[in-house]
Amino acid sequence: MADKKSLGKEFSKGLIAENPVLRLVLGTCPTLAISTSVENSIGMGIAASFVLVCSNIVISALRKVIPSKVRIPAFVVIIAAFVSIVQMFVKAFAPALDASLGIYLPLIVVNCIILGRAEAFASKNPVLASTIDGIGMGVGFTFAISLMASIREFLGAGNLSLKVLGFGTNLTDIFNLGETDVLTAIGLEPILIFILAPGGFFCYGLLMACANKLAEMKGKPKAELKSCDSCPLATSCAIKIEGKECAK
Amino acid sequence: MELKNKLTVNASPHVGSADTTTGIMLDVIIALIPAGIASVFIFGARTLAVIAVAVITAVLAEFLSRKAMKREQTIGDLSAAVTGLLLAYNLPSNMPLWQVALGSIIAIVVVKQMFGGIGQNFVNPALLARIVLMSAFPGRMSAATFAGLNKIGWDIDAVTGATPMGLISLESGLSSDAPSLIEMFLGTTSGCLGEVSAIALLIGGLYLIIRKVISPIIPVAYIGTVALISIIAFKGDFNAMIYEVLGGGLIIGAFFMATDYTTSPITKSGKWIYAIGAGLITCIIRLFGSLPEGVSFSIIIMNIFTPHIESLTAPKPFGYVKPEKKKKEKKAKEKEEAKS
Repeated sequence: MADKKSLGKEFSKGLIAENPVLRLVLGTCPTLAISTSVENSIGMGIAASFVLVCSNIVISALRKVIPSKVRIPAFVVIIAAFVSIVQMFVKAFAPALDASLGIYLPLIVVNCIILGRAEAFASKNPVLASTIDGIGMGVGFTFAISLMASIREFLGAGNLSLKVLGFGTNLTDIFNLGETDVLTAIGLEPILIFILAPGGFFCYGLLMACANKLAEMKGKPKAELKSCDSCPLATSCAIKIEGKECAK
Repeated sequence: MELKNKLTVNASPHVGSADTTTGIMLDVIIALIPAGIASVFIFGARTLAVIAVAVITAVLAEFLSRKAMKREQTIGDLSAAVTGLLLAYNLPSNMPLWQVALGSIIAIVVVKQMFGGIGQNFVNPALLARIVLMSAFPGRMSAATFAGLNKIGWDIDAVTGATPMGLISLESGLSSDAPSLIEMFLGTTSGCLGEVSAIALLIGGLYLIIRKVISPIIPVAYIGTVALISIIAFKGDFNAMIYEVLGGGLIIGAFFMATDYTTSPITKSGKWIYAIGAGLITCIIRLFGSLPEGVSFSIIIMNIFTPHIESLTAPKPFGYVKPEKKKKEKKAKEKEEAKS
């Protein structure tokens, strides 16, 4: 069935409509933790995308060999192998990135995007489609995490580290500001909360709302709460009367 | 958003009331005026700019966000103005004005309107905005400025210094630099705009209690808990106890912030639990935490507990018999089906 779908669609769905971070809400942990600087985010995005594409290829190639009862351990072994490769590669060629990503680099093993795509896509689809899906999802992840990082870094630190694996420059260097940041230079000051955890959640929520709106304009279903059952405030909250889904 | 659908009609007797949201909010504004006047005397004219920016931005943010969400306008009920005013009272007078405006926008748009507007906010908007500003600009919020009336005279514009709550600790007790209790009572110390003058806040608080806008349970229980714990913690040091009560944002918090209708329990026993809990958390943060002041966090935490406190303390109607659970659910289902 997947053969009939155009491969272009498999790629483009990962960008907005099924963006792993903003629409599927997968891989939130690295997203929140790493998106304090653009440089780290791009590094994280590339590392995770590499693992994602490779594991998608291998898992999809082995999909008829792996017994379904032990598929999750098998997937994890495959993913862990690729993460080890990435980890050694980063340690050898980008030690600065390794230092700043810290524990989140080996933690790519348990990144929900990779395991999620393995389970939901690669284990059911042929190799080519899985590869394209992995690339699309990887680009979507890198795009989302870098977008979030650019907002958080600019507002929270007054800087943008426009670097890919050590090459590139900082926004402060472009304007020759030295030690001061861009926001201080124009008479404001960095809003520190944006590089702290609450700012991350806030930024994430707003971006999710935007992605929801974009997907809705494209005719995709809105990702929304279907009932008030899981909400702790349900007993004392009056919104349920307004919401159509909840009232029924 | 029809109000009709939100009302559950009970059996008679019904009590009519002339209270309106606008009227209540007007009373709160009147009650806040003495503290405002005091802060202008203590901190100088810049206070007025901070208050004006906070209020105007709050009202404007409410207007624009209601418009963007295509909901009916609610700026007429003055609740946005009260939020702006309370936020201003929780900021130091030397706060840059764009940061004040940012605080108002967070309070109104993020905390209030994104959750559905008046009556729907899960925590006090002004307090949460204060906490956001505190984490966003830590340096600004801790360096409170004051133009001391009696200590330094009028030739100096302003002096920055630690807020009184930074001058007391469990290990060393009251610091010798700490202002006297009379200064604390009048408010001629450093701190946020509206929180320093205890007497002005008490006048406003009494006005609200006399007008029956707020019930005295929350402020009395809240301040009482803090006083009791302080006197035990400082081993009977009466001065330290009074200092804890008058210092920081306790009085403005107890009278004006903790009593917010939306985020405090409606039942009497619930109010006691809520206020004592807030007092307990305040003391824990003040005495053992790394922050000098804990009023805003304690009220926010109890705000979040409010729905649970309410459901635990819901009063039983006269002659109430505990129903069998399954029957009740079935009946409710049948009713809903009949409705739809």
